[in-house]
Amino acid sequence: MAAVQVSEAEKVYLMHGVRDGIRLDGRRCEDYRHMEIETDVVSNTDGSAKISLGHTDVLVGVKAEIGKPKPTVPNEGYLEFFVDCSANATPEFEGRGGEELGVELSNILYKVFNNRHSVDLRSLCICPGENCWVLYVDVLLLQCDGNLFDAISIAIKAALFNTRIPKVRISEDEEGGKEIELSDDPYDCMRLNVENVPCIVTLCKIGHRHVVDATLLEKACSVASLLISVTHKGMVTCVRKMGRGSLDPESIFEMTEAGKRVGKTLHAPLMELLQKEESLGKKRQKVGFLG
Amino acid sequence: MKSARALCRCVQIRCVSMAVEMRLPALHKHVSITPSQSHRDDKHLVVPGDVITSDTGFMRGHGTYMDEERLTASVAGQVERVNKLICVKPLKTRYNGEVGDVVVGRITEVQQKRWKVETNSRLDSVLLLSSVNLPGGELRRRSTQDELAMRDYLQEGDLISAEVQSIFSDGALSLHTRSLKYGKLGQGVLVLVSPSLVKRQKTHFHNLPCGASVILGNNGYVWLYPTPEQQDEEAGGYYTSMEPVSRADREVISRLRNCLLALAAHKVLLYDTSVLYCYEASLPQQIKDILKPEVMEEIILETRQRLVEHEG
Repeated sequence: MAAVQVSEAEKVYLMHGVRDGIRLDGRRCEDYRHMEIETDVVSNTDGSAKISLGHTDVLVGVKAEIGKPKPTVPNEGYLEFFVDCSANATPEFEGRGGEELGVELSNILYKVFNNRHSVDLRSLCICPGENCWVLYVDVLLLQCDGNLFDAISIAIKAALFNTRIPKVRISEDEEGGKEIELSDDPYDCMRLNVENVPCIVTLCKIGHRHVVDATLLEKACSVASLLISVTHKGMVTCVRKMGRGSLDPESIFEMTEAGKRVGKTLHAPLMELLQKEESLGKKRQKVGFLG
Repeated sequence: MKSARALCRCVQIRCVSMAVEMRLPALHKHVSITPSQSHRDDKHLVVPGDVITSDTGFMRGHGTYMDEERLTASVAGQVERVNKLICVKPLKTRYNGEVGDVVVGRITEVQQKRWKVETNSRLDSVLLLSSVNLPGGELRRRSTQDELAMRDYLQEGDLISAEVQSIFSDGALSLHTRSLKYGKLGQGVLVLVSPSLVKRQKTHFHNLPCGASVILGNNGYVWLYPTPEQQDEEAGGYYTSMEPVSRADREVISRLRNCLLALAAHKVLLYDTSVLYCYEASLPQQIKDILKPEVMEEIILETRQRLVEHEG
């Protein structure tokens, strides 16, 4: 990620502030920055969402294609993740600079969604063993100001909610081969149930306390962070420790509990917002990228 | 396991509820106190490619070029005319230093007899070893021992306040900290804004009545720090106090930081009066709410009104 230089005195000021419970911008340790979410921003995808979390901007697009299911699970579809760190975010991402970060982000996303409950993969099956829906989830980082994982996970949930997969009909033709027909009606589509899609919460350890939604400056002052993906029921799907420093088991436990608590409360406002946006329908004023 | 669960319960009591706020984006409206268009017509704003004039009698300055006998702007900004010279002053640009400017910079490199300082300009600025104050205010030739001890004074990542002494032929600035008010900066918060928003004034060091001090660097780096108690003996930046800052001071500094970001987002000129008015207008709000778009608009509107009354 884009590195920010910080002096010793600034670090001391920041750490004392976190210890007292007041961060540089007046937030408490578990407050998120101002978040703006919009779906259906890219017209040629099956589902898309854009999120601005402070100065972090992430765009997610979901495309559904028909493919062959995996041999071990013939009656399920699957998701493919790809994270692109655009050079718009910081000049360090120019050329192949952003590849390392992008690969790390994709791997964590695979791990987070690698369970049976997050997305109902059986609903993506068309013909067991032969055809299934493959959802290609592409993430584009437009601006980087810390807390990428949280923003990406919320945007993915919003994009999956917005995804409309066309309904298919399988018919037999003369030689006995199967033919797949997509319905012509653009509104005849199936939606995914995103109730159980987890959201990632990143907790950075600064001094003896932990903070949620750290900016780049706060990240530079922390030595280790814990990444937890939590569903709306409080179920944890993935835990990952990042950073060069060490975490002792008590603080890991404390941070996990805090992460579960914070993660659970992310889902309700998000679903409410998405339902509200959908209910506005055509009356919604699309802001897009030039707001 | 029992003790861990008891610990968990304690944690839950200590951490009060968290706040998550999600909303749909809204189109940003231009905040102006005069509803008419005349306010905007007073300033001749151009974007790259706009024709400024077709009259060939003018000399072209910075930010312009001749395109088929027509004077065209090459940057986005305000057109300035001095007699026969037309130039365009850009709104967002790298810092162009002038002699005598106060800047806040970050040390990027320690070289043989100088430090390289990053000041948001096109080239890194230079701080020569001979341009800094030695401890105790001695005036002597710098020896090789001083050279070896450079890193003990200023390291990579340190922040300093300095004045521009001269400009090299390639445009790089040469800084000096030859006064006791300049030197290494201690605990505080750095805010980055565009250099064109900082107003040129007699002094850039202000002790605001709200309880914090601010250095408005001409290069767009604004430094907020708690007002030091004793003002008589200035160490010149050799001693930085690592004592924890009180909560009240922290709140003032966080509020000022958010106010500065709000002023910068709405392109209001930054000087001590505007920062103070913005601070006072934001007092009824919670500190973290200042950065919400609608609260920002409200605060900026009030600040602009007060500034117009103050000048009128």
